[in-house]
Amino acid sequence: MYIIIVGGGKVGRGAAQDLIAADHEVCVIEREPQTAWTINNELGDVALLGDGTEVRVQRAAGMNRADVVVAATGRDQANLAVCQVAQQRFGAERVIARINDPGNEAIFRAVGISAIISATRSILSSIEHEVDANMLRLLELSGTGFELVEVVVPPDAPVAGRLVRHLGLPPGTVLTLILPPGGRPEVPGPDSVLEPQATVLAVTEPEQEERLRRLLTGAE
Amino acid sequence: MHVVVMGCGRLGSTIAAELDAEGHRVTVIDHDESAFNWLPDSFGGETVLGAGEDAAVQARAGAPQADIFLALANGDNRNAMAAQVAMHIHGARRVVARIFDPERAEIYRELGIRVVNPTTALEALVREAAFEA
Repeated sequence: MYIIIVGGGKVGRGAAQDLIAADHEVCVIEREPQTAWTINNELGDVALLGDGTEVRVQRAAGMNRADVVVAATGRDQANLAVCQVAQQRFGAERVIARINDPGNEAIFRAVGISAIISATRSILSSIEHEVDANMLRLLELSGTGFELVEVVVPPDAPVAGRLVRHLGLPPGTVLTLILPPGGRPEVPGPDSVLEPQATVLAVTEPEQEERLRRLLTGAE
Repeated sequence: MHVVVMGCGRLGSTIAAELDAEGHRVTVIDHDESAFNWLPDSFGGETVLGAGEDAAVQARAGAPQADIFLALANGDNRNAMAAQVAMHIHGARRVVARIFDPERAEIYRELGIRVVNPTTALEALVREAAFEA
């Protein structure tokens, strides 16, 4: 596939390196000459010097034949512009945006950019998960409106020891895996037991996430 | 009418001061506090310190109930994002953005923003001044 990455910082360069190693054709658009030079030295001549939010720069990079566009700069305004120019002018179908401020997720979704990667949010969510018996959002199943979450069932949770069929899961929610403490992972059926301290993976909708968290952890 | 002006530079401060003098309710947003010095002493509107493309900052400026949102900061990307936040998150009724790059100006027009492009606007004025009898 041909993948255009805008922004050659740690994220963009790291992605380029992995994608090149996986035999993809990659172009990194970077506006800082020094950074572009470093990328060309380290990864082969894949960097294009310029402002990736501009139509002519995207055209020079071959945006019309790109299979995937990744907006990976450290500025959310620039990432939004990269995605919208690529979609509106070059008909890009697969655009992936890095979001630096979680508060900006809503506007990306509102304008139809659903593949978003929010590092800050992932880190915050991991910290909460470690501190409390909280739910960790592992990933969003792209374009489906569903997400994969992880919960560890606290020993004092009302659901601990119950059968899956008696849980009363929120609508649109499916348990996909139960890993009992010290045991082996199993695909849950209606008669599986939710043991205390079991790790549970579930697929759910964002609107049901809070209800599922309360159900499985017993915490308000 | 309530007008929210994002960007308190030469253009933003001039429009804000005039609308205020005409009796409109005006709120100015800028991320740099010293920018508010562009406003005349007579300015009676409000100022809000923060990034104008941030939905929470716009909410503090009253964007959800505003009649008009003007995105007049210096960067095209910032103005385009602020305009779309005002439109899609806060449901602002009328949104105007200054976009310097003519090609991107056209793109944002297609996306429903009322765009003012200084390059083409100035070109017309320069032509008029040059060729006018």
